[in-house]
Amino acid sequence: MQSHLGQPNFLSIVFFLLFVILTLVITYWAARKTKTSKEFYAAGRSITGFQNGLALSGDFMSAASFLGISGMVALKGYDGMLYAVGWLVGWPALLFLIAEPLRNLGKFTFADVVAFRLKQKPVRISAAIGGILVTLTYSIAQIVGSGKLINLMFGLSYEAAVVLVGIVMLLYVLFGGMIATTWVQIIKACLLLFGVTLLTLLAMAQFRFSLENLYGAVEQKFGKTALEPGGLVANPLDAVSLGLALMLGLLGLPHILMRFYTVPDAKEARKSVAYATTFIGYFYLIIPIVGFSAAVLVGREPIASIDKGGNMAAALLSELLGGTMLMGFIAAVAFATILAVVAGLTLAAASTISHDIFVSVLKDGDASEEEQIRVAKKATIAFGILGILLGILFKDQNVAFLVGLAFAVAASGNFPALFLSIVWKNLSTIGGGASILIGSISAIILIILSPTVWVEVIGFEKAVFPLKNPAIVSMTLSFLSAIVFSKLFPEESAREKYESEKIRTYLGIGAE
Amino acid sequence: MKISPQQLVDEPDFKRLVRVRWTVSFILLSFLFVSYYGYILAVAFYPEWMIQKVGNFSNIGIFASASVIVFSWFLTLIYVFWANGSYDREIRSLKEKLED
Repeated sequence: MQSHLGQPNFLSIVFFLLFVILTLVITYWAARKTKTSKEFYAAGRSITGFQNGLALSGDFMSAASFLGISGMVALKGYDGMLYAVGWLVGWPALLFLIAEPLRNLGKFTFADVVAFRLKQKPVRISAAIGGILVTLTYSIAQIVGSGKLINLMFGLSYEAAVVLVGIVMLLYVLFGGMIATTWVQIIKACLLLFGVTLLTLLAMAQFRFSLENLYGAVEQKFGKTALEPGGLVANPLDAVSLGLALMLGLLGLPHILMRFYTVPDAKEARKSVAYATTFIGYFYLIIPIVGFSAAVLVGREPIASIDKGGNMAAALLSELLGGTMLMGFIAAVAFATILAVVAGLTLAAASTISHDIFVSVLKDGDASEEEQIRVAKKATIAFGILGILLGILFKDQNVAFLVGLAFAVAASGNFPALFLSIVWKNLSTIGGGASILIGSISAIILIILSPTVWVEVIGFEKAVFPLKNPAIVSMTLSFLSAIVFSKLFPEESAREKYESEKIRTYLGIGAE
Repeated sequence: MKISPQQLVDEPDFKRLVRVRWTVSFILLSFLFVSYYGYILAVAFYPEWMIQKVGNFSNIGIFASASVIVFSWFLTLIYVFWANGSYDREIRSLKEKLED
C-alpha cells in the first residue's frame, strides 16, 4: 500500500483549521464571560456533570491513549490491552476516595485541599512543586508527540509544529480560561469518540462484524502469540508497580483534579466521573479492535517502518479504509487531542503558579481579582513558552518514558498527601510537605536509575534500580514519610481543625 | 431542635454517615483491587491459564481485560447511584438539623 503519510494533506489541514476556528470562536465567546478568577480557573462552577464528564474524558484520552495503545496492540498484540485496563481502573478509585472531599474542600487547585488545615505557605510551596513537576513532564510528552505527529502527517517541520501547538493552546487558555478549555475538551472528546467508532465500524465490516473473524485473522497472520500476554509483565513486581502508577497516578494529576471545581456540587462531581468512566471505558474497549485490525489489514511492517513505536497504526488504517478523506479527519482529531490536553495542562500549571504561589504564598491571600487574573495569564505565557522550548529540547526523547514519569510522580508525590489530608487526623504540615517532596523526588531519581533511562537512554549495561516503574517504592516512601514526620512533628491546630473540616468534607457546608 | 455545626460533628448520626461512606468506598475499592490485581497477577503468574481458548480464537485473557473494564464501570455506577440516592438523602436530613 502506498501511503500518503508525510505529505502535506489538504484535507487534514482543512479539518484541522475547522477545528481550530470553531474552538477559537468559542474562546472568543468564553472570553467575554471570563472576568473573575472563579470564571478563569473554574468556569464559574457552571459546568454540568454530563459536560464535565465529557471534558474529563477529553483531558484524559491523550495521544498516548489513542495513538499509543492502538499502536502497541498493532505491533505487540495483547500486551497493549494491559495499559488500556490500567488507565481505566483509576477512575473508580478517584470516585471512591477523593472526588467528593476534593469538590467540597477545594477552590481552584488540589493544594487547596492539602493546605486546608495545615500551614499555608510550606504546604502550598511543596504542593506546587509536585503539581508543576507532573504537569511539565506530562506536557513535554504531549508536545513531543504532537511534533512527531505533525511531522509525519502534515509534512511540517518538528519545530514549526511545536510552536503552532503552543500558540493555539495559549490562545485558548489566555483568552477563555477554564470555560474555553472545557469546551475545547468537550468538542475534542466527541470528535475522538466519533472518529474511533467510525474507524472500528469500518474495520469490523472487513471482518463481517465478528470479533472471532478478526482474532482468527490475527492468529493466521501473526500466530497465536499475538493474542496472548507476552513479556510486558514478565516480572510480577514490576507489573504491580506499573499497575499502582497507572491506577493511582490519576488521583494526583492536577489538570484532572481541578476539573472537579467546575461543577456546582458533589452530586454533579460524582455524575461527571460516571460519565467519564463510561466514555473512557467504551474508548478502551474498542481501541484494541483498531490496533488488531491495523495489524491485519495494514501489516506490522508498514506500520513500524513509518514509526518505530507504531504510533501511526490508526492513521494508516484510516487511510486504507477511507482514503485521504478519512485519514485527514483522523489526523486532525489526533492533533486536536494533543492541543486540548496541552491546554488543560497549561491551565492547571497557571492556576498553581498564580493561586498557590502568588496569591497564597507571596500575597498572603490578599490580591485583587484583576491582579490574580493578570498573574495567571503571565504564568500561562511563561509555562507555554517553557513547554515549547523543552518540547524542542526533548525532541528525541521517548514519549512513553515521560508519560510514565508523570504518572509515577503524580502517584507518589501528590496522591498520598492529598489522600491523607482527607482521611488522617494526625497529618501535620511537615508530614504533608515531606510526603510530597520525598515522594516526587524519589520517583524521579528511581526512574533515572531504572532500566528505562539508565540502560535504554543513557546506555549503561545494567540498571541500578531493577523496576521499570518506581511507584511501588516511591509511593511507599511517600506514605511512610508522611506518617513518620507527622508523628515526629505533630501539629495540634491541624488536629483540631480536622473535626470542623469534616462538616465541609461530608456535608458540603461552606463549600464554594 | 437546631444545633450548631460543632455539635453536629459529635452527633451519632453524623458519625454513622462518615463511617458508612468509607465502608461503602472501601468495599467497592477492594472489589476494584481484587479484580484489577487479580487480572495483572494472573497474566504474570498463570499465563497458561489466560491463553486458554474461548470459542475458536479468542481466549480468557481477552475476555478478562474487557471484563475488568466493564466491572470497573459497573462499580462506578453502583457508587454514584448509592451516593446520589441514599447518601445524599442522609446529608439533607442532617443539614436540616443545623441552625441557619
